[in-house]
Amino acid sequence: MTWSSIIIAGIITYFTRMTMVALVDRDLLGEKIKAVLAYVPSAVFPAIIFPGVFINDYGTFIEMNDPKIFGAIVAILVGYFSRNVIATILSGLFSYWIIIFLL
Amino acid sequence: MFTKKQLLTKGLLSVAPHMFSVIPFGIVCGAIGIELGFSPILVYAMSIIIFGGASQIVFLQLLSGGASALIAITSVGVINSRHLLYGAVLSEYLEKLSFAKKLLISYLVVDQGFAESNKFFQKNRNEPYLHYHLLGSGGTLWIFWQLSTLSGIILGSFVPEEIGLKFAVPLTFIAIVVQDLKKLDHVIVMITCGLSSLLFFDAPFKSYIIISPIIALFVAALVLRLKK
Repeated sequence: MTWSSIIIAGIITYFTRMTMVALVDRDLLGEKIKAVLAYVPSAVFPAIIFPGVFINDYGTFIEMNDPKIFGAIVAILVGYFSRNVIATILSGLFSYWIIIFLL
Repeated sequence: MFTKKQLLTKGLLSVAPHMFSVIPFGIVCGAIGIELGFSPILVYAMSIIIFGGASQIVFLQLLSGGASALIAITSVGVINSRHLLYGAVLSEYLEKLSFAKKLLISYLVVDQGFAESNKFFQKNRNEPYLHYHLLGSGGTLWIFWQLSTLSGIILGSFVPEEIGLKFAVPLTFIAIVVQDLKKLDHVIVMITCGLSSLLFFDAPFKSYIIISPIIALFVAALVLRLKK
């Protein structure tokens, strides 16, 4: 039962990846849609970032003084000025850890 | 012009820094599966069959919480539906590939690989072998996802939850979009998406993850109209 569910979920996931690449003719998309698609990264990734920062494991909002908010702000500042992915991730993680373990 | 090998290497290197979040998240993902009481083989098989971190965790959590298979499968489909948007963006650059190659490379379309390869594609539109970059980025992510979920399965309960390794996930995506904060139109789209995701967080089947991008893309269309 669980196995067949995983396989079905896998097939559905594969179709989400493959449909637009292999099955849909790009000419079907108009110029306007293509222009809007340039915003896909900015339109998708905050839906992973915001809940990851502002909502805890139990699905409720965190307090405004939560260390994750501090970690995210540090990561944004470091990322913006350093343009370095590793520095962004590590500065965010370390500033978060410093608050939860040392303070 | 770049050779195939150069593009493959560039793709690999472009996602390498993201391993600082992919590896911890993969370990957490494997460990959670074991902790919830699923068999190691089953937990690992998901990394090959589904190959999508967040959806793998949600799937197992739902099933162990007593949800029906239908609900678990639907949630995976909804969470992963964002790949349709990635595919729509990438199709422009993969147009010339044969149907079989399109079918194969599609399996490797994941968040960070899409993000980094798309950045490269925008600057190097006319390269003939662009798909090798995606092969390098997606292939690297695939290999490390397999290794890290396996490690998590082996380590199991040794992975301490308190250190909050999952926090690496939002950080890796901050690193991807942070330079676009320089552009007002992108900032508007990002804030729209982020606020919508909080507003719709409790919508069924984790659908906030596709509802908020759709709202944000409508706002993007409005912004484009105003810019003219």
